[in-house]
Amino acid sequence: MAGYILKRLISAIPVLLGISIIVFVIMALIPGDPATAILGSYATPENVERLNRDLGLDKGMVQRYFIWLGNMLTGDFGRSFALNRPVIDEVLERFNATLVLAGTSFILCSLVGVAAGVVSASRQYGLADKAITFVVLLGISIPSFFLGMMMILIFAVNLRMFPVSGMWPIYGDRDLAALISHLTLPALALAVVATGVIARLARSAMLEVLRQDFIRTARAKGVHERSVIWRHALRAAMVSIIPVLGIQAGFVLSGAVYIEIVFQWPGVGRMLVDAILKRDILLVQGGVVFVAACYVMFNIAVDVAQTLLDPRIRS
Amino acid sequence: MNVLKMTRRALLATTAAAGLALGAAPALAQTPPGVLIVGQIAEPKSLDPHTVTAVNDFRILMNMYDGLVRYAPGTLEVAPSLAESWEISEDGTEYTFNLREGVTFHDGSSLDAEAVVFNFERMLNEDHPYYETGPFPLAFFFSSVQTVEALDELTVKFTLNEPYAPFLSNLAYPTGLIVSPAAVMEHGADFGRNPSGTGAFTFGEWRSNEAVVVEGNPDYWDGAPALDAVVFRPITDANTRTAEMLAGGIDLMVEVPPVALSEFQGDSYTVHEQAGPHVWFLILNAKEGPFADVRVRQAANYAINKEAIVNDVLEGTAEVAAGPTPPAFAWAYNPDLEPYPYDPERARELIAEAGAEGAELTFFVTEGGSGMLDPVAMGTAIQADLAAVGFDVTIETYEWNTFLGEVNPGLEGKADMAEMAWMTNDPDTLPFLALRTAAWPDQGGFNSGYYSNPEVDALLEQARVATTQDERAELYKQMQVIVQEDAPWVFVANWKQNAVTSANVENFSLEPSFFLLLDDVVKN
Repeated sequence: MAGYILKRLISAIPVLLGISIIVFVIMALIPGDPATAILGSYATPENVERLNRDLGLDKGMVQRYFIWLGNMLTGDFGRSFALNRPVIDEVLERFNATLVLAGTSFILCSLVGVAAGVVSASRQYGLADKAITFVVLLGISIPSFFLGMMMILIFAVNLRMFPVSGMWPIYGDRDLAALISHLTLPALALAVVATGVIARLARSAMLEVLRQDFIRTARAKGVHERSVIWRHALRAAMVSIIPVLGIQAGFVLSGAVYIEIVFQWPGVGRMLVDAILKRDILLVQGGVVFVAACYVMFNIAVDVAQTLLDPRIRS
Repeated sequence: MNVLKMTRRALLATTAAAGLALGAAPALAQTPPGVLIVGQIAEPKSLDPHTVTAVNDFRILMNMYDGLVRYAPGTLEVAPSLAESWEISEDGTEYTFNLREGVTFHDGSSLDAEAVVFNFERMLNEDHPYYETGPFPLAFFFSSVQTVEALDELTVKFTLNEPYAPFLSNLAYPTGLIVSPAAVMEHGADFGRNPSGTGAFTFGEWRSNEAVVVEGNPDYWDGAPALDAVVFRPITDANTRTAEMLAGGIDLMVEVPPVALSEFQGDSYTVHEQAGPHVWFLILNAKEGPFADVRVRQAANYAINKEAIVNDVLEGTAEVAAGPTPPAFAWAYNPDLEPYPYDPERARELIAEAGAEGAELTFFVTEGGSGMLDPVAMGTAIQADLAAVGFDVTIETYEWNTFLGEVNPGLEGKADMAEMAWMTNDPDTLPFLALRTAAWPDQGGFNSGYYSNPEVDALLEQARVATTQDERAELYKQMQVIVQEDAPWVFVANWKQNAVTSANVENFSLEPSFFLLLDDVVKN
């Protein structure tokens, strides 16, 4: 097992190197440079040249890549042009906020989605199945940013049950209750689509398992129906549900960009969008490499979990 | 059945948990009295005034620092601030400032002539020990400064390498704000997060991506501000900013989107408007194609319905522009100038005279950018107006930085017209950088449409070396008449900056400089 994990970790290195090259080249090739973005109306060639020199952007591309890579390997991600602080501080702080949001959302959509799928499957074509299918299709069809704006309008502006935006209150304690009240709307808006997808796939996975012989055997020997479904069938179905959860985790993480903008959540998605618009090269590069590394690690973790669950893959 | 029972129980538990969480949530109280919460459009880059370029950052900085001079309230005319008075030499190259006595920085160090010298040396002298606390992107505002000397404790003299009339206006700009040398020496490159000035508010705290808090300075030399504190919250999304204002999460909102203004009618809110030194125009390619003929350029000015753009697209948040100089520069603006009327008939006649009927035009439009208002909708309206007089206009849309990369090097071989907008602090800046022959892109200027008129060149050069405001005003007024006639641009709109305050905010007004000054504001 340890050997397997190690092998997977080593294979992640070329992936991350490739990502670092791609993001570096993209940032170097897109039109517009940081000096022009900073100077705006005053970007005369003379001013741009002087500022590029001050920012260390006057060197060749290959040279700049290796300087950046070398610094990164020693833990130095550089300094953001637009925020005037170390990239790594900003990325960690922002990633933390995204984890809180996407993590809550992911737990929410996994639990609700799997539960809804199991209920649907166990009552196939029944009233519960139809109702769940209807709600799920509705959820999948609404763009999350639109849902978020509607939630703000109804629950924050009109009913004043929740704050409009941000992660913490401007005044008052930064305690769990304050976090929950700020987190509720964005986490729900982010979870809706993924919940629908998980519910649909959990339903079909369950249906497949429920038709198998060992389920009939379990029922025949008198196992309680609740036990048949939640203990025997769900465990077997999890083998095909877990990879879906892994994919949806990635979806929730990337979908967080829209939600972070609508709810002004100080997360890494909103940070990257702002950084791209300001051509904040080092922040974009550092942020993308960091997020990609986390994503790769998460995928490895999912594979390992799947191996542990499914004896056929283990050997 | 069991399955359903189970979910019912689960549902009950979830509902209960949600209810608990709600009950525990803090009441969404109104903001406290004496504390003003401002909805800003972005996270500031730094609180070091010499390193930033964005109006968003200036809104905070103008309340924490003072310059040697400032704009008199409600105008764009220079008035004393940290300097009580000044003398300008006959030839316009020596400026001697007499500093106010007894002013101290927030960190306790005192403001003297040496502190002023330190500020300008840090920005301009590459050998200065604190030059590397930059970069200072707008330092070129002071590139005409040859030397800065402290004559005595409270007298400082600037020597310019040539007469440069906009010098005083540039000192009133945020790049001319005076920072504490002691604080720069202590914090180095982190001064931007540990700022210290002489202004009405002192630095409180900066919670990244959440808020910058500044506190009232009871010892402010110009009288302590009425507010205990101001909180600047970055809320980049305009819809979310509007929602925060409606929900009571902020007391003052800047840059209200035109379509959201109708939300703020009624007694609970006050909408503030103020025209500023802004002009939105179309650069016309005068070097090649149909716009090389002045009659076709004039025709474009007649053909475009500016009233409709200003009233319908921009919902009245701008006024029709008459010429290259915004009326906010009251002293330099030529009030005799009338905007080109909307007259498609006249446009068709001029086009026929020039033989340019049915010409195909390429039009560069941006998705959005500093001062660009609603560029896509405006571009579409302009396209339709030009089509009505027989032009076949193709729009090419670019993201802002890409757009600048296309337009600034010049339109030759690429386009016939492009959108553009400028906000400046002196009537010299825009025409000098964008209308002179010596400002063509190949010479490092922004004259992307290659307009050239020796008369205009001469007037602008003269205005720059003139030393009295009256003399300069006369030259700028002549320049505006010629430029309007030559029509190197389509003059479209002058933006009125807006803001909304809630009912418990008093004494607030916007400035024509577009700065946000809060020292007189009261919050109940």
